[in-house]
Amino acid sequence: MATDPVIRGPAGELSGVISSEPAAVEGQVPPGLGPYQLAWRRLRRNRVALAFGALFVVIVVLCLLAPLYAKDVAHTTLAANHITEKIEVGGKSKEVVSLVGIPIGPTWHSRFLLGADKDGRDIAVRLLYGGRNSLEIGALATFITVILGVLLGTLAGYFGGLLDAILSRGFDVIWAYPPVILGIALGAVLNIDGITIGPIELQAGSLVIPIAIVGIVYIPYVAKPIRGLVLGLRQREFVDAARQQGLSHTRIMFGEILPNLASMIIVFLPLILANAILLEAALSYLGAGIQPPNPSWGTMISEGIREIPAAIHLTLVPGIMLLLTVLGINVFGDGVRDALDPRAKIRIGRR
Amino acid sequence: MSRFILRRLISAAGVLLAISVLTFLIFQAIPNGDPALRLGGRLATPSELANIRHEYGFDQPIYVQYVDTMEKIFNGTVVSYTQGINIDEQIRRVLPATLSLALGAGFIWLFLGILFGVLTAITAGRWLDRVLTILALVGISFPVFFLAALVLYYLGFKAGIIPLSGYVPLTEDPWGWFTHLIAPWLVLSVLFIGLYSRVLRSSILDTLGEDYVRTARAKGLSERRVLIVHVLRNSLIPIISLWGLDFAQVIGGGAILTESVFNLHGVGQFAAESIGRLDIPSVLVIVLLTAFAVVLLGAIVDILYAVLDPRIRLSS
Repeated sequence: MATDPVIRGPAGELSGVISSEPAAVEGQVPPGLGPYQLAWRRLRRNRVALAFGALFVVIVVLCLLAPLYAKDVAHTTLAANHITEKIEVGGKSKEVVSLVGIPIGPTWHSRFLLGADKDGRDIAVRLLYGGRNSLEIGALATFITVILGVLLGTLAGYFGGLLDAILSRGFDVIWAYPPVILGIALGAVLNIDGITIGPIELQAGSLVIPIAIVGIVYIPYVAKPIRGLVLGLRQREFVDAARQQGLSHTRIMFGEILPNLASMIIVFLPLILANAILLEAALSYLGAGIQPPNPSWGTMISEGIREIPAAIHLTLVPGIMLLLTVLGINVFGDGVRDALDPRAKIRIGRR
Repeated sequence: MSRFILRRLISAAGVLLAISVLTFLIFQAIPNGDPALRLGGRLATPSELANIRHEYGFDQPIYVQYVDTMEKIFNGTVVSYTQGINIDEQIRRVLPATLSLALGAGFIWLFLGILFGVLTAITAGRWLDRVLTILALVGISFPVFFLAALVLYYLGFKAGIIPLSGYVPLTEDPWGWFTHLIAPWLVLSVLFIGLYSRVLRSSILDTLGEDYVRTARAKGLSERRVLIVHVLRNSLIPIISLWGLDFAQVIGGGAILTESVFNLHGVGQFAAESIGRLDIPSVLVIVLLTAFAVVLLGAIVDILYAVLDPRIRLSS
């Protein structure tokens, strides 16, 4: 019952908690294991998290195999349209796109497994190719967000003063825009005629544009908490000791402080990845992300919603795929957080 | 206390100023973003372009243009570059739909978020907690435009329970207002309910381990009293600050996805259209509206904290 006392690990910040996890809660833990080994042990026991993590991996592998699927299973290509063709489904001959323009639904056969769109293109093929774009943008944007977020947050927290004031106001400004609105604004700016910054030349419609947009939008969401953590770490004895030894600021930041940020960064990775994939889909849905005919799950849903109510499968197929991908990342990420920070998974009265 | 409020308001005004300047500069720096080119059309001659630049003041130094635009915004006389329409009227046309959406959804997600957060915290580790946790994760993972499309298709087209789209003003038809908004309210709330219940759950579990909670129990207070008066009051702090930011962002067009699928013609859709046309004054007005809402609610939340918790007041 809730009246029972609460068992909790000793207080401390994220990094300190892991190594001092009491053996009583998790059974007998052999001495001498590092914090990440302990976290890995806890994660390994969380079957739900592992299953959803595996789901995500399966989706990634399927998307990587898109060209093989298109060639050997669906016998088509990404752009090929079969608008005037007929196919055999269950012994009957059916038009891929009917005379009134309604595309065929899922056939559950090798060709048009998940149906066709109104240009007679194979939805399953587009789904996998689109997934490559969505996942690539999500992964690279996450990389940018985490690198810049950690760097700027650490600089602001470590040096404080004027630099902190400037960076923190900058975070506040980005923070004040709704992410989707900021994304469309950047998308509108960059997608008109492309942009040239020094030697870098971006074509309108290039994948780099949505990567940069999504990468920028979430920087404060990482930088702010990192800054807070660094503010606390800066006061600690080991940083004083390093300073006394005459280590440079760079070495203190990367050698002493960064390792203590690791578990927070690990917790952030899946969170940012899930949100980056969702934001890219939202931007593509609004026409500010990936430009057609290049597919992504967001553009496919956008095309699908226009065909409601005639052909709901055009919305369902990419929508469910997007949901499963993000859910896989989120549930796995939740498990990772529990494993790294056992305090978050407190049991009530089960001694 | 009044010094704290004053300092908080001054810093809020500073953020607003920075946001307006930055937005103005970004849209000035756009390559090929010269508004004269869009006003004049593709066939405009150089002399026509020069006329337009002079008439709209684009030939003035950039800080003069900024001050001019801001002055017009506060006079309510600012006019769109590309449409020639008064933006004040535009905003007044789109704001009621967005405000209705934000108020209804904000109430629903705050109420259900707290309810589910408390439920999962007091049943932590048991089946109700597990089920609700999975549900919360599904809610967080659901792309809002996909959810909106599903609701529209299955409840609108198939079942015919909800009207298909559009916004009906409250003053014209209160019942129509309600039926047109109930689906958007729920769809918009799903993400936040999932998020808030997760945040509140871990916040309550953290607070339950505090010494003062043990003291309260040792004094023999009932568990209900401990939970409501001692635990919940403190655990709600992060929820309140999240709610302030999220609510403000919805007012500033953050619910654009929900608005566009349900075709509510709100601030978000207006923002997307203005951005697409690179209409600097419209974008500035919307951004300022959002920033104003975010900063104002942020300041209110901070002041509320300071009232509730003297430690915050003293330390800052």
